[in-house]
Amino acid sequence: MPSEPSRRVEDKLFYNRYLVDSGRAHIKVRPHTTPSSRLLSMLKACPARCYELSDKGHVEVTVDGCIECGTCRVICEESGDIEWSYPRGGYGVLFKFG
Amino acid sequence: MIEERFDAIVVGAGMGGNAAALTMAERGLKVLQLERGEYSGSKNVQGAILYADMLEELIPNFREDAPLERHLVEQRFWIVDERSHTGIHYRSDDFNEEKPNRYTIIRAQFDKWFSQKVREAGATVLCETTVTELLQDSHGRVVGVRTDRDGGEIHADVVVLAEGVNGVLGTGAGLRGRPKPDKVALAVKEMHFLSRETIDARFNLKGDEGLVIEAAGTISRGMTGMGFIYSNKECISLGIGCLVADFQRTGETPYGLLEGFKRHPSVAPLIEGSEVKEYSAHLIPEGGYKAIPQLCGEGWVVVGDAAQLNNAIHREGSNLAMTSGRIAAEAICLIKSRNDPMTAKNLSLYKKLLNDSFVIKDLKKYKDMPALMHTHSQNFFLTYPQLFSKAMQDYVRVDGTPKLEKEKLMLSSFIKARSWSGLFSDALRIARAWR
Repeated sequence: MPSEPSRRVEDKLFYNRYLVDSGRAHIKVRPHTTPSSRLLSMLKACPARCYELSDKGHVEVTVDGCIECGTCRVICEESGDIEWSYPRGGYGVLFKFG
Repeated sequence: MIEERFDAIVVGAGMGGNAAALTMAERGLKVLQLERGEYSGSKNVQGAILYADMLEELIPNFREDAPLERHLVEQRFWIVDERSHTGIHYRSDDFNEEKPNRYTIIRAQFDKWFSQKVREAGATVLCETTVTELLQDSHGRVVGVRTDRDGGEIHADVVVLAEGVNGVLGTGAGLRGRPKPDKVALAVKEMHFLSRETIDARFNLKGDEGLVIEAAGTISRGMTGMGFIYSNKECISLGIGCLVADFQRTGETPYGLLEGFKRHPSVAPLIEGSEVKEYSAHLIPEGGYKAIPQLCGEGWVVVGDAAQLNNAIHREGSNLAMTSGRIAAEAICLIKSRNDPMTAKNLSLYKKLLNDSFVIKDLKKYKDMPALMHTHSQNFFLTYPQLFSKAMQDYVRVDGTPKLEKEKLMLSSFIKARSWSGLFSDALRIARAWR
């Protein structure tokens, strides 16, 4: 069954407050020529749609809208597809309600 | 470097960390609590329901000033298909009692209050500080932590790891493995604001009465999952969660499921006209008893979600976190009072006390439930809900079909979908896992 248009996620993230740590991404994707099935699954599984497929067919991550759930860590860290850590203290998503 | 040495460092300011820090500080230990958020609560996500008993153990008069939303007077369980829900509702005026048993809360606000209690008890709480690794001596003994602050090495006799479901310190130091995709669920949630009067009217509530709806069925599209709706004073917490492994396998999107749940004809009227003010996501430990890692070692203990202490069947987590945090702290205080070192052997007192508590007893009771739910998700979350809905509709619709014929059709629809042996083994498996 197809999922709803994903552009809606950006609208959702707009509700949230963030303090972006410019130039210090807390998640990094290992350079690759062909993405693994794990990395590809993140295009759909990431609830903030931080993962995207580039024109060259690489999976890239932009962490500005990350809500720090850890789903990509659970799927992709062990295999080395990504490096995952928490943002520096005070940075990242700032929940008002949680 | 912080030259001071502490009796205990608590990593994290969620329910488990706050319970541990409060308990130790109240008993005179020199406690440092580290939290990566702007304030305690700003990174914490939960539905959320607070269980009064476990908080009362820590702060007996919490009702006087804690930011509570509504006390629960009604619980609705729904089995849903695309256009219907079949419900079991339990509502009782008994829940309008002097000291109610369950409340809805908003975690960011509640945790801020809880943290204030921790400070008042004498603990030092340092926010905006991410702990990057555990300091270990040459024997592998945990002797402190390193933070992302300048020269951020801090030493203590014992470290309480209350770092949440994504705890990176324990895994980084090899004390436990990472959670596996089939052992954690991803839940997404929105906060829908409505006037108090609108919420009261839509949910049949008055005063501070509150209600919970939990829904399972076709909304999770065959995956192991559940939707929830909690009434707060002036907003509704609405969300849905499914196993990470299921998202990975099916390619469904979390926000797609959330939108589907919101559009369900039984849900849409409840949130109509609301203003959404936040979208969050969080992992929930689902592995149960069999997923619990090593709970203590040389110079450390682990509590709450970081230790996978979550009862997925009863949707209880924060109370297990609070209780494990408190019990770990009590064990540490006892060891300290004897002037004994924080060795693995001495700290195993925490494990022993936890085993005797409801935390481990409840998880043990349902030790086979996760495997059952996770391996037959199509049957439990898609096939049965559809069959139930059809059966209910046939039962209530009056259309001239003789009742006996209706019953036969109903039975044959179940047999056709699951076969006699399938029905029998499903029933047997549930009974066994529930026992």
